[in-house]
Amino acid sequence: MPDEERPESLGEDPSRIFSVAPPDLLPRLGAFARLLHDAGLEAGPRRVTDATRALNYIDLKAEVDFRNALRAVFVSRKEDLPVFEAAFDIFWAPPDPRASAGMIPGRGRSLPMAPERAKAWTEALGLNRSQMQREQPPAEFPASSSGYSAEELLRHKDFEEMTWAETEQVRRLLEAAPWRVAERRTRRLRPSRTGRIDLRRSARHAIRSSGELMTLFRRKPRVRRRPLVLICDVSGSMERYSRLLMIFAHAVSRREDLEAFVFSTRLTRITRLLRHRDLDRALDSVSKGVHDFSGGTRIGDALGDFNRKWARRVLGHGAVVIIVSDGWDRGDPEHLVAELVHLRRSAHRLIWLNPLLGSDGYEPLTRGMAAALPHCDDFLAAHNVAALEDLGRLLAGLDSRTSR
Amino acid sequence: MTEILSIEEVEGRLRDRRYIGDRALATSIFLALQLKKPLFIEGEAGVGKTEAAKVMADVLGARLIRLQCYEGIDLAHAVYEWNYPRQLLHIRLMGEGPNSPTDRRTAEREIFSSEFLLRRPLLDAIDNDDEVPPVLLIDEIDRSDEEFEAFLLELLSEFQVSIPEIGTITARQVPFVVITSNRTREVHDALKRRCLYHWIDYPDLDKEVEIVRARAPEAADGLAREVAALVQGLRGMDLYKVPGVAETLDWARSLAALGATRIDAGLVSATMGAALKYQEDLERVREQVPALVEKAQRA
Repeated sequence: MPDEERPESLGEDPSRIFSVAPPDLLPRLGAFARLLHDAGLEAGPRRVTDATRALNYIDLKAEVDFRNALRAVFVSRKEDLPVFEAAFDIFWAPPDPRASAGMIPGRGRSLPMAPERAKAWTEALGLNRSQMQREQPPAEFPASSSGYSAEELLRHKDFEEMTWAETEQVRRLLEAAPWRVAERRTRRLRPSRTGRIDLRRSARHAIRSSGELMTLFRRKPRVRRRPLVLICDVSGSMERYSRLLMIFAHAVSRREDLEAFVFSTRLTRITRLLRHRDLDRALDSVSKGVHDFSGGTRIGDALGDFNRKWARRVLGHGAVVIIVSDGWDRGDPEHLVAELVHLRRSAHRLIWLNPLLGSDGYEPLTRGMAAALPHCDDFLAAHNVAALEDLGRLLAGLDSRTSR
Repeated sequence: MTEILSIEEVEGRLRDRRYIGDRALATSIFLALQLKKPLFIEGEAGVGKTEAAKVMADVLGARLIRLQCYEGIDLAHAVYEWNYPRQLLHIRLMGEGPNSPTDRRTAEREIFSSEFLLRRPLLDAIDNDDEVPPVLLIDEIDRSDEEFEAFLLELLSEFQVSIPEIGTITARQVPFVVITSNRTREVHDALKRRCLYHWIDYPDLDKEVEIVRARAPEAADGLAREVAALVQGLRGMDLYKVPGVAETLDWARSLAALGATRIDAGLVSATMGAALKYQEDLERVREQVPALVEKAQRA
C-alpha cells in the first residue's frame, strides 16, 4: 500500500525533493512505479531496477534530467507520455504552500485510474480528489433477469426489440460463433511439397550426398489471417444497436486481430479497452473511455480522422475494414465520399454494415448512405444475429484473389 | 570507446555533427550507453530517427551496422546463411567425393567453416574484431513480423547466436543498439521492455530553423526560416501525410537550388511536391498557398 509514501513537507525549498539522499530515493521510486502501474503503465521490477541504475548517472538536482531519465525507463508508448508527465508532476512536484484546499498541485493534470485506487493515492499523497480521477464511476448496468427465447427466434429478432435478457443470450451466441477472417499470403516462407525451390535445404541435403542435388525441397508462402478493422457508429440514431455492436466487437476481438474504433462526432480507438476478457468490464472501460456515445454523426469527419491518424498504423498487411453505421450523416456527402474513396484504396476490402437494411422496405436513401454505397465492396445488414453470421461467412470466404 | 561522461557531452557532440536534438534525446542516448541497453526510438516518418543512430556511430568512432527490416525478414537475411553454391562447388572439386566416414566428417567440417559462412548484420554486430563496439541500427522494426521480433528479443537479452554447425557465438563486446519504428504497428511490449524508449516529436519553429541551417546550409537564413515556418503551418492542417523534417530539408534545398532567397506563392506552388506526397493533400494546400506564405513570412 502506498500510504507510507506521503511526501514530507517540502514547501520551503522546491528543489530539495531532487536532492534526497539515495536511501530515501529508492522507496520513493518504488512508490512512483506503483503509481504508474495503477495509472496503466507497465512498471515492473525490471524497470525499477533500470531506473535505479539510470539515476546513478544523473545529477539528481537537475529536475529536467531526472524527469527525462525516468521517462526513458518507464514509458514505452507514445500514448503513455501524457500519463507519465501527469504522474511525475503529481508525485514529485512539491506541493505549493500557497495552494488552498481545492487547488490542484502538479500543474492541474489528472490520471486515469480505478476509483478505489484513486482514493488510496489521493490520501497517500495528500491531494484533492479531482486531480486523480478523470471521471465518476459509470452508472451501473441494469441487472438482467433470466428469460428465454428459442435460439432460432432470437437469431432473427431485431436488436432494437430485444430485452436485456435476450441481449445476454445474444452475447453467448456471438461468443460461441467461430469468427475467422480469410487469410492472406505473407512473405514468410515455410516448407511445402509444392512451391518454389528451397535452395538452402536442397543444398544442405546435397552436401551429405557428395554434392549431388538428389532431392529438391520446396517452400511456399505462409498464410495468415487478415487484420480486421471495425469502425462503429455510436451516434444517437444508432443508440439501440450500440451495445450489441460492442458485444459483437468484443466477441470478435477475442478471436481475431481486431482494431476497433467508435465515432459519433469524433473518432475514438477502443482496441485496448476491449481487451478485458470479461465483457462487462470491457464495455465498462469502453463507456468510460469514450465521451461521445450518442451524439450527432459526422461520418466523413470520423473517417477523415481515421485516414489521417490511424490508417497507416492499422491498415498494413491487407486489412479488411468494416464500417457499421445507418448512414444518417449531418456532414457533407461529398466529404464522406472523398474519405471513403481514400479508405477503400488502403484497405483490402471495405464492408458497410447497416442495421436499417434489415427493416422491411428500407432503401438506402439517406444522403450519406446513397453517396457512400457505390464506394463500398459489400453492403450488408446488421440488425440481428443471423445477419452477423452472414458477415462471418463473408469474412471467412475472402481470400487473396477475391475480386471486388 | 571514447568514454562519454555526461549528457552535455552527448548534446555537444551531436551538435558538432550537425544533429540538432534536444536534451531529452541526449539523456536517453547517454543512459543507453551507460546502462548498455538498446535504445528504442519512435516517431513519425522523417523526424531523424535513423539519422540519430548514424550520427551516434560517428560520435563514438564506431562502425555502423544497419539492418533494414521488411516483412518476412528471417534469420537467413538477418543473421547468417551458408554459401551453398560455394559449398557444392567445393565438394565437387574435392574429386569423387569423400567416401570413407572419416573423409566425410573432415569434408563437412571444412565446408561448414567460417569461410563458407555469409555473415549478415546481426552476426556481424555480435562477432567482430572492431576496436570500438559497433552501433547496430535495426531500422523500421515495425515492418518485420512477430516471429522476427521474438528472435530479436532473445538476441538482445543474451547477445549470442548459435549456429548448429559451429556452436554458440557470444558477443565479446555489447554493441550499442538503436531500434527505430514508424509505428505502422504496435511493437510487442516484451521487446520494448528491454529497451530505453524515446519518442521524437516534430521540432518547434526555432529548432526546425536551426536544423535547416545546420543540414541545408546552402539555404539563405531568411529562406531557412520561411520554409520551416511554412512546414510548421502545414503540420497544423488536416493532411493525409504531414511533412516531416526530412521534407523541410528537401524543400529548403530545392528552393536554394532554384536560387531563391525568399519564398513567394509561385515558388511554393511549383515546389510543394518536395513536402507533400499525396494528390489530395496537394490540392487542399494549393488553394491556401498565398495565406500560408504570408503567415510564414511573418513568423
